[in-house]
Amino acid sequence: MSKEKKSYQATVYVRLKEGVLDPQGTTIKRALGDMGYNGVEEIRSGKFFEVSFLSANRKEALKLVNQISDKLLANPVIEDFKVEI
Amino acid sequence: MKFGVVIFPGSNCDYDAYQIIKTIMKEEVGFLWHQDKDLNGCDCVILPGGFSYGDYLRTGAIARFAPIMQGIFNFAEKGGLVIGICNGFQILLEAGLLPGAMLRNSSLRFVCKWVHIKVEQENTPFTNNCQRSQVLKIPVAHTDGNYFISEEGLKKLKENNQIVFHYCSPQGKIDPAYNPNGALENIAGICNLKRNVLGMMPHPERAGEKILGSEDGRYVFNSIITFVKRKAN
Repeated sequence: MSKEKKSYQATVYVRLKEGVLDPQGTTIKRALGDMGYNGVEEIRSGKFFEVSFLSANRKEALKLVNQISDKLLANPVIEDFKVEI
Repeated sequence: MKFGVVIFPGSNCDYDAYQIIKTIMKEEVGFLWHQDKDLNGCDCVILPGGFSYGDYLRTGAIARFAPIMQGIFNFAEKGGLVIGICNGFQILLEAGLLPGAMLRNSSLRFVCKWVHIKVEQENTPFTNNCQRSQVLKIPVAHTDGNYFISEEGLKKLKENNQIVFHYCSPQGKIDPAYNPNGALENIAGICNLKRNVLGMMPHPERAGEKILGSEDGRYVFNSIITFVKRKAN
C-alpha cells in the first residue's frame, strides 16, 4: 500500500520580481485612477497555475512542482514563484 | 553555403526568411521541422518571427523545449551560427542561449513600424558587412520586445561588447524617443559571448527589396554569407 501513488493538487503563483517593470500593472492602476479609485498606490500583475498529479508522497510532490515551476511555469530571469500544496 | 529556417507551429515569418535567402541572396536554404533533431548540414540556422505555440505561457517558452532545439544547442555549442529574429530572439532568451528576458511592450500594444537601429558591433558574423555606427532601417512587429536584464547582466553585456544594435533616430541618436517598446537602454539586438548567436527584434528578412521600403536587411544576411565563405576558404 505504501508504494501506491496519491493524488496531489498544487497551486503555483508566478509574479514579476521586485524591480522588474510591470507595464500591465501600471496600465491597470492608471485605469483605476480614471475610474475614480485614486488611493491605489501600486498594482502588480501575476498568474497562477493549478497542477494536479500523482506522487508517492508530499515531499516528492513538492520537489516535482518546484522543478516544473523553475523550468517552465516561471522564467527565473524576471519572475518569482511560490508553490502551495 | 546553406541556411536552415526552423518552422514551429505558429511561425509566420518562415517564408519571408526563405524568400530573401533564396531569391535575393541567392543561397541554398531549406526548412527545418520543429519535431526533427537534425539540422541537415546547415551553416546557419534562422529562428524566424511569429507566434510559436500561440505565445502561450510566455513568448518562446514552449518552443524552447521542441526537439529541434537540442540540435540547435549542440550546433551553437560548436560555434554554428544561429540568428533569432523577433519570436526567434524570444526563444533564444527562454532557451538561455542569450541572456535576459522579454517583457510586454511598455505601451502594451502590438508595435508594427519602421525603426532605425545603430550597428554598435561590426565584428560579429552578422554585421561584418556594416560600418560601426551605421544606421539600418528595418521594421519591427511585436508585442513583447521590451528587453530586460539585471543590472549585473547589463554590465556584463557592455563589458563583453555584446550589444549589437540600439534603437536610434534616422541620424543615429540613441534616445528614448526612438525606443518602440521600452527596451532597456534602447537595446534592439544582442549576441552571446562567443558571438555566434544573435537575437534581434527588428526583421531584416522584411527589408530586402527597395519596393518594400528598405534593402538594409541584406547587410545582416550578406555578413553571414561573407563569414561562412571566408571560414570555408
